[in-house]
Amino acid sequence: MRVDGKGEGSLISVRGLDKKYQRGSEEIHVLQGLNLDVEKGEFVAFMGPSGSGKTTLLNLVGGLDVPTAGKIVVAGDEITHMSARKLTAWRSRHVGFVFQMYNLIPVLTAFQNVELPLLLTKLSKEQRRKHVETALGVVGLSDRMHHYPRQLSGGQEQRVGIARAIVADPTFLLCDEPTGDLDRRSADEILDLLDRLVRDYQKTVLMVTHDPLAADRAHVVLHMEKGVLVEQKAQVAQ
Amino acid sequence: MKFRHLIIANLFRKKLRLVLTLGSFTVAMFLFGLLAILRTAFVGGVDVAGADRLVAINKVSIIQPLPFSYKDRLRRIKGVKDVTFANWFGGIYQDERNFFANFAIDKDTYFEMFPEFVVPPDQKKAFMEDREGAIVGKQTAERFGWRLGDRVPIKGTIFPGTWEFNIRGIYEGKRPQDDTTQFWFRWDYFDERKQFQKGFVGWYTVRVADPNDSVNVVKAIDSEFANSPWETKTDTEKAFAASWVKQMGNIQFLINTIGAVVFFTLLLVTGNTMAISVRERIRELAVLKAIGYSDRFVLFLVLAESLVVAIIGAGLGLGLAKLFTMGGDPTKGLLPLFYLTPTATSLGAVLAVAVGILAALLPATTAMRLRVVEALRRV
Repeated sequence: MRVDGKGEGSLISVRGLDKKYQRGSEEIHVLQGLNLDVEKGEFVAFMGPSGSGKTTLLNLVGGLDVPTAGKIVVAGDEITHMSARKLTAWRSRHVGFVFQMYNLIPVLTAFQNVELPLLLTKLSKEQRRKHVETALGVVGLSDRMHHYPRQLSGGQEQRVGIARAIVADPTFLLCDEPTGDLDRRSADEILDLLDRLVRDYQKTVLMVTHDPLAADRAHVVLHMEKGVLVEQKAQVAQ
Repeated sequence: MKFRHLIIANLFRKKLRLVLTLGSFTVAMFLFGLLAILRTAFVGGVDVAGADRLVAINKVSIIQPLPFSYKDRLRRIKGVKDVTFANWFGGIYQDERNFFANFAIDKDTYFEMFPEFVVPPDQKKAFMEDREGAIVGKQTAERFGWRLGDRVPIKGTIFPGTWEFNIRGIYEGKRPQDDTTQFWFRWDYFDERKQFQKGFVGWYTVRVADPNDSVNVVKAIDSEFANSPWETKTDTEKAFAASWVKQMGNIQFLINTIGAVVFFTLLLVTGNTMAISVRERIRELAVLKAIGYSDRFVLFLVLAESLVVAIIGAGLGLGLAKLFTMGGDPTKGLLPLFYLTPTATSLGAVLAVAVGILAALLPATTAMRLRVVEALRRV
């Protein structure tokens, strides 16, 4: 993991990233010339005050938003200049999203929620079923497969969210405050799970959090302030 | 269709709303079906009129007769292939409410002129051999329980007295839209027995050799009898039938207006429902896009939900309208063409689909243009 813009061949490479918003007559400079290199299998946490640009960075790296300037390359694909259509297809192959509010579809069961990304693939129904069962097994919810989100606890809902994120085997996971809406115990379970995904399945995880305990689980914690990465703290692998 | 469960699950998100929207569609389509049935009942005669037939009536009014001698003169006019005639009788069976069209016909020429009415040959023969014979439409025969050989008394309203007829034949229509409520008896017997207007008929029906030449034949007929005591007014059978309908007012305009109002209201109701439905799940749609569903997919998802409601609602509404016609003409004779035509059913289905698409178009486009980042920020 590097933030000096000198990394080479990394999984995620961000160079001179700028993002400006126009709010009325005021121009807001959210990200300013940001550089970042993330290697495969790294668990990176972003911390910082609200409005510092953490989520914006995540949205840009995840292809949900386009930068004002700069370049983002993920697994050899430069996504900065992709058309919206290509970017959508790229997201389905490379990015697994985990949201703070889980964002499950309430009228679908856990199984159907997890199956959603696979419906975009050419997998057969049987293959999809196997993938979904595996993903739900990884997050420990094999016995809740046919429950609706309203029948699950917050922690379980988030685990379904993680299963949905990993079911298509994406290149990396983007987690936007994945424990922000959970009690301590559930939050720890989710963090254990993310930990395990990195350790056992070599997943690359980028996580935005306000929770120092959550950040402690990451290999690297980056602090952001006013759109700039101001501090880097390497952690001892657990 | 692997996305089927997604569409169905979204539809059942708010069951009450689904039932109410489906109900709106069903009621609207049922009403459309009824209007279509009424339209057919009133103006269906215009549609089934023969393209090669003309009707010649007295220029003063249909009530005024024309001389029987015109038959041969008509036949001699260039472009005329066949001629027949009939006379309105206006008789009553038992009660004034038991209305059905009854008239005297020319036994030798009438059946050839109207091949859409089918009479079995043996029954036609029996009719020819009995001066008091009558042929009745299947619908009317079933209505009064008449069978072949029955003797039926008909009370004359224009031509006084009780006239008794022997049922010698029961005719059917070749097409479902053919009127099978009429009652025919022999003009020769009628002319012999009536007290006035002897040697006169009600109107003539003429078959032209070439339908494209109808205008010239019409002119030729009216010229032939111009400046006589019984001038004619000739028209195509279609125009003749249409003029009858016009006497009841502009039924078609009324029906079309009501139909348009119904569909416009349905459009607003469904459009509002779809807009609410999309607004409620902005985040969910944003998540679908985030995980790789295209803008176009989201557009089709919303349109598909609306279309499913429209198609089911149309099926239920038109089905109910069809059921409504199963019992036949509720007026017992005033609306002999009381049925839902396949054309009206298809038109209803097309309109329902159009409303389904139009109603969802705006919310679906909103969903399609949704920016993921902004939508996910909304709480």
